[in-house]
Amino acid sequence: MASIVPVLVLTAIVVGFGIFLVVVTGMLGPKLPQSELKKKSYECGIEVQETGHSKIPIKFYLTAILFILFDIEIIFMYPWAVTFADSITGGYGLQVLLAMGVFLFVFIVGLFWEVKSKALEWE
Amino acid sequence: MGADLFEIGVNTAKLLVIFLMMVQIVPLLVWVERRGSAYIQNRFGPNRVGPLGLTQLLADAVKFIFKEEFIPDKNRRFIFYAAPVVALIPGALAFAAIPLSIPISVETFELFGQSWGPYTFLFQGYEVGIGIVFVLGVSSLGAYALLMAGYGSSNKYSMFGALRASAQMISYELALGLSLVGILLIFNTFDFQQIIDAQKGQMVIAGNALPLPNWGIFYQPIGFILFVIAVFAETNRLPFDLPEAESELVAGYHTEYGGIKMNMFYIGEYGHMLVASGLMVTFYFGGYNLPWFLPQAEELIASYGNVMAAVILHLVFLAKVGLFLWIFVWVRWTIPRFRYDQLMDLGWKTMLPWALANTIITAIVVFWMRS
Repeated sequence: MASIVPVLVLTAIVVGFGIFLVVVTGMLGPKLPQSELKKKSYECGIEVQETGHSKIPIKFYLTAILFILFDIEIIFMYPWAVTFADSITGGYGLQVLLAMGVFLFVFIVGLFWEVKSKALEWE
Repeated sequence: MGADLFEIGVNTAKLLVIFLMMVQIVPLLVWVERRGSAYIQNRFGPNRVGPLGLTQLLADAVKFIFKEEFIPDKNRRFIFYAAPVVALIPGALAFAAIPLSIPISVETFELFGQSWGPYTFLFQGYEVGIGIVFVLGVSSLGAYALLMAGYGSSNKYSMFGALRASAQMISYELALGLSLVGILLIFNTFDFQQIIDAQKGQMVIAGNALPLPNWGIFYQPIGFILFVIAVFAETNRLPFDLPEAESELVAGYHTEYGGIKMNMFYIGEYGHMLVASGLMVTFYFGGYNLPWFLPQAEELIASYGNVMAAVILHLVFLAKVGLFLWIFVWVRWTIPRFRYDQLMDLGWKTMLPWALANTIITAIVVFWMRS
């Protein structure tokens, strides 16, 4: 628990600094008359056609799902990698290596299937 | 944070100084970027304001602060204003976890009629035992700032830029995470300090001393290349700056931002570059240590004292980091931008299999060497 306190303190410092910048620089600077056109979103000088909230390609959603699957599998390798040397000195290194081999085999089959099913094709 | 008032005070000041160091490096890097690009493109760059154009940065900062603030026509105003603040967080939190030099020991001393100490102050913001996992986790929060900026802007260019950015960041996160498994297999720890200590001295393979420093890059050359490519994509720098491809998307996710709010996104981006360079130095180039034929930390402490040795090694660290920051700038003005499908193909179909192969080969070699 003690090691998380400085992280929270730094987060508070950074957020405070950011809010200070946004708020204080908003108060400085000239105040010019506003107009309806000035408040519009940027659209190359013509009327706003679309605000970007209407349609989002489904492809991004698919990429995000695939990312979560693979990222969880990769994070499982981290404790294995850190303890691998201890397993070797403990005399059961081969079993641990083969167990990770099975895991990686599933990972690679998953990656192949993903490529084959054209989940990663961008057109 | 510390046992008594003095230690808490110093540790808090340290956090502030390291954060301000990250903020202050931004104008310097912008200057290097503009002068460097001018040098590469055979033109002058900013050279009118002050010596070598150095005070151009001050003029820019003043201009950013005194810009007119107008209330844009946004229906998600809180997200619009929160996004630049969120952009500052990942770089600052991650940079504070990297050791910048050796710890400084302070003997017991008398002050205000009370005896204080002894203390050991780490030359870093804070120490988290799971350093690598912490830094990876925190720096991937950067995707939130981009997504919030795109979502809050009510502008299709911003939204598309943010979507592209987040898809790109998460795709390269896989290769980034997997390229570090080799480093974990070799050093067997998540802790930055232990990784740096393990890279001291000369490289010894099977009892033979080789004329090379004991640095991670000589054990993990493929891992290093994959890591460099992945951090370029993570920081959204050219050749991976699809999120703000100005020829397609105006300025991407920060189209609608101006003044200091846009500058805060720059602080976030350059902070991310600083963290990436720091990680490259820590994992692959021996951290703050000098190569074996130059004085090591213990000799420096013996001849110059603890504080001077820490300062010297910190300068060594900064020199290594500066080299990588220059490479970031250099690559930006050398290599053209990818097309979006090429980018995703490179991330998923090229880098991921190479990182997998690197992991498997490293595991087998480690097993063969150690048993």
